[in-house]
Amino acid sequence: MWRCRMKRSANGTNCRFALVALLAVLLTSPDARAQQPQLSITEIAPGLFVHIGAIALMTRENEGAIANIGFVVGNDAVAVIDTGGSVREGRELLAAIRARTDKPIRYVINTHGHPDHVFGNAAFSGDATTFVGHKNLPQALSTRGPYYLDAFRRIMSDHLIDEVRIISPTLLVEGSLTLDLGARSLVLRAWPAAHSDSDLTVLDETTKTLFAGDLVFLDHVPVMDGSIRNWLRMMDDLGRQAAERVVPGHGPVSQWPTALADERRYLETLAADVRALIKRGAPISVAADTAAASERSRWQLFDDYNARNATAAFSEIEWE
Amino acid sequence: MFRLLCTLALSGVLLTMGASALGAAEPNDPWPGLVQDIFNNRPMNDGGDVIAIEMPYRAEDAAIVPVTLRSKLAPDDSRRLQKITLVIDQNPAPMAAKFEIGPDARVSEISTRVRVNNYTNVHAVAELSDGGLYMVKTYVKASGGCSAPAAKNAEEARNRLGQMKYRQFTRADQGPSSGAREAQIMIGHPNNSGLQMDQITHLYIPAFFIDQLQLWQDNSPVLSMEGGISISEDPNIRFTYISNGAKNFRAEAKDTSGHVFQKEWKIDDSGS
Repeated sequence: MWRCRMKRSANGTNCRFALVALLAVLLTSPDARAQQPQLSITEIAPGLFVHIGAIALMTRENEGAIANIGFVVGNDAVAVIDTGGSVREGRELLAAIRARTDKPIRYVINTHGHPDHVFGNAAFSGDATTFVGHKNLPQALSTRGPYYLDAFRRIMSDHLIDEVRIISPTLLVEGSLTLDLGARSLVLRAWPAAHSDSDLTVLDETTKTLFAGDLVFLDHVPVMDGSIRNWLRMMDDLGRQAAERVVPGHGPVSQWPTALADERRYLETLAADVRALIKRGAPISVAADTAAASERSRWQLFDDYNARNATAAFSEIEWE
Repeated sequence: MFRLLCTLALSGVLLTMGASALGAAEPNDPWPGLVQDIFNNRPMNDGGDVIAIEMPYRAEDAAIVPVTLRSKLAPDDSRRLQKITLVIDQNPAPMAAKFEIGPDARVSEISTRVRVNNYTNVHAVAELSDGGLYMVKTYVKASGGCSAPAAKNAEEARNRLGQMKYRQFTRADQGPSSGAREAQIMIGHPNNSGLQMDQITHLYIPAFFIDQLQLWQDNSPVLSMEGGISISEDPNIRFTYISNGAKNFRAEAKDTSGHVFQKEWKIDDSGS
């Protein structure tokens, strides 16, 4: 690797400096590079790499690595799509990228503001990298960021959370935006509040792959932290995104748009159950216990999220 | 120089001692301080046979945690429930709400929704007509995940500002003969905490919440609430009271920006 860099270097001084610097690194921290673990990554389409997160809650043991995150390599540059649930995971993603390409990381795109997707941002902060997100993302991060840091300090311990920085996007998307990585376009689209109020999808036109963020869940029970009515309303529009496969926020890479079917059924069931409870005057606490119970056997983590989905859906639908 | 080093070393030792002393101590219980601040150190009696507080053990959604306060006084008890104060010990503004019950309304149950920021004790303190304070408490675990005590859809919350809804419920045990009625008032309001920062100006957005809510049947007060930022977005109160035969139900809410929201509804006096 360093020999290759020496050859490319424009003058001998830089070359020598690089060599000295490299030696210094090798002497002070032997095998520093080799010690940096890499995230397990699959190239699911040419130049498009994905880490499939564990279907689990964020814990100290899994270092927050529960979301699907990835990167796309163009002729000139790399775009990272979500950075994971800890800076440690972010660094492992960075190491996995550097094992495959030395092109600059021009963009870090956050599909929304939840901790499992943004806590790794600090691993990528630097002058050459622009953070990209939904126009509502800065507001969401400023309102929720401090609370998330406190909450996950309890769950994941100081050593994982101390280095987390809440980094807001500076390139904001309203409607849609195309990023050019060099003969490779990513089309970003900002959605109305659905899973959250800062949902962004990323379509790699070259391979017809859609990074859907948490607008799409498979196996992992969907989590509703925005608007269930919007989510259902825009399901058809989402399904029309010109992709052949989807990288969901959680769950396996799947065919598009058939991957939407389970999530649509869950959300429709939840909304219908909640509507019926409201109609007969049941209190919100009953919704938490009973709504969408027929879906329990079909999803993982159902008991961790369904009650909160029901509570959130109830407080939205009772305004109809 | 030597003195400086000594001072540094000494302060280092002191710091270390301080840290370990803190670590060994019991976690700080804010309740005694809250009794002083909110209740002026008045004596607290055990409220186990006066009032019940119901909340889920785990706050599934930190922004919307249901809480129910229920009178346990027997019908023939000569004491009346006059006030109930709800305190969420570990929240940034612990006094969530103070309810005052109309003298003739005999409110026996109040449900609302609150934000819970942390693992916390939640206290309900009832004040009876005998002048005594009666306390009960429960413990709530803040949820993990992406839950946060913040708006899910900030735009929608702004659009709903000032909308009010009233609903009357049917309960099998509350026919016209008992005079008991169950009703609900909803007020569209972001109930902002003021702890969020504007990304452009880097100034904290001022708190913006409902601080006063009053409810009447005709001209007789049923219930009033002094609220804080611990009450969830779109404040929602469901309550059981005794009808005086009134034809109208009226609500007036005020927020910290001086808005006044008022609305009146016809009561369905069939009792169902």
